[in-house]
Amino acid sequence: MRNPQLNANGELTHLLSIEGLPREVITQILDTASSFLKVSHRDVKKVPLLRGKSVFNVFFENSTRTRTTFEIAAKRLSADVINLDVTRSSTAKGETLLDTVDNLVAMHADMFVVRHAASGAPHLIADHLRRLGREDVHVVNAGDGRHAHPTQGLLDMYTIRHYKTEFANLVVAIVGDILHSRVARSDIHALTTLGAAEVRAVGPQTLLPTAIEKMGVRVCHDLCSAIRDCDVVIMLRLQNERMNGALLPSAREYFRCYGLTPAVLALARPDAIVMHPGPMNRGVEIDSDVADGPQAVILPQVTFGIAVRMAVMGILAGN
Amino acid sequence: MNAQKTPHGVALPDAEALCVQLADLIRPHLQPETVVVGIHSGGAWVAQRLYTLLGLDAEIGLIDVSFHRDDYRARGLHPRVKPSSIPFDVEGRRLILVDDVLYTGRTTRAAINELFDYGRPARIQLAVLADRGSRQLPICADFCPWRVDLDPSSELVLSLDDSGRLQWSLDEHA
Repeated sequence: MRNPQLNANGELTHLLSIEGLPREVITQILDTASSFLKVSHRDVKKVPLLRGKSVFNVFFENSTRTRTTFEIAAKRLSADVINLDVTRSSTAKGETLLDTVDNLVAMHADMFVVRHAASGAPHLIADHLRRLGREDVHVVNAGDGRHAHPTQGLLDMYTIRHYKTEFANLVVAIVGDILHSRVARSDIHALTTLGAAEVRAVGPQTLLPTAIEKMGVRVCHDLCSAIRDCDVVIMLRLQNERMNGALLPSAREYFRCYGLTPAVLALARPDAIVMHPGPMNRGVEIDSDVADGPQAVILPQVTFGIAVRMAVMGILAGN
Repeated sequence: MNAQKTPHGVALPDAEALCVQLADLIRPHLQPETVVVGIHSGGAWVAQRLYTLLGLDAEIGLIDVSFHRDDYRARGLHPRVKPSSIPFDVEGRRLILVDDVLYTGRTTRAAINELFDYGRPARIQLAVLADRGSRQLPICADFCPWRVDLDPSSELVLSLDDSGRLQWSLDEHA
């Protein structure tokens, strides 16, 4: 079966997941992003690549930050951007996902940036477009259920490469609610594809997926052993809604066991970096002294995210 | 000397000697604040030579025109885009844009557009090592040591040989 993200020439036509992306494609996106990063420093922060193209941000699940960074990225590529809050309009009125897509295609959409609570929704849309013979319309997954958040994974890789240059000798610890995290899955696929030496996963037993070892990670059950001598710490957001599901005793208890404090971070390598996809819960998964400290690269992640999303859209729209 | 010849039997000239000639053409017009900007990748090599030959003070600029190309829709984004680097304020500067080969003029157009994204230069002049004619836009070189007519099926390519010297070659496309 053909990789659903690649066209007949093996070029990236949709970005649905990092899983299954060849290493060269990931590297090409990161290299292209470094050129786009400089565009944001110019007097005129725009390039004309997507002039005349319409990018539809179709968010079936709320996310201000991700939607905004996609919007900025598309605008810096000179695209026209249309933001749809579909949860409050069409879907609420009973329209199916694919009917919404058909309507937007009839409005001459060139690209969909899709976030959906159901894993696989962006893939369903890409498949639908292929059956319609509309391979000129591209889909970017902006987060689907627990499945994937590939642009977050790519911007995390960009950030790591920016500070650490190489992946080969890196030890990376991913901390927190891995069970519900599409970011963690995307990061794990990207890190193993790029050849990181060791990827560790740590979190409460109730928040670790079963058989996660099969993804090529080493499971740790206490924070200190996960952090010890690592080069990169990726903290995940503890989603408050999980508190109600009897998966965790309390936020305070969670912070005591899995919160990243300066004392715990001191176990990592002295030049280790701390990442977080945002929004942060200070005092729940991360201590303010760490979040605001010299090893945190959380705000650079946001800046790099725009360049990475420009690269993804610039590459897709040309293929 | 390069063994390859143009269709008219003219041997390809020595590219390093052409750089010296190009510098000689530019020198009488140099102003203290002039900076050179090379277009990746051939133009960047030539700009580097001019920087040394002309003894310029200001660092050279480098631009990759991939984000401004007009064939993006047909060919997509170049897989190896290099970052543009303009380490000086473009506003009010006199710039000499440098490329290896002037052909359709489309790369020059893209480069000028890109430069204007950094500011409004006082003047842009164009210096090329070779002008092979067949323009598709109203663009001409201010400084050019070698003009040659070539068949559209041949591509004039500047490259670095093993010892780091610039050399010309002709690639024939069917």
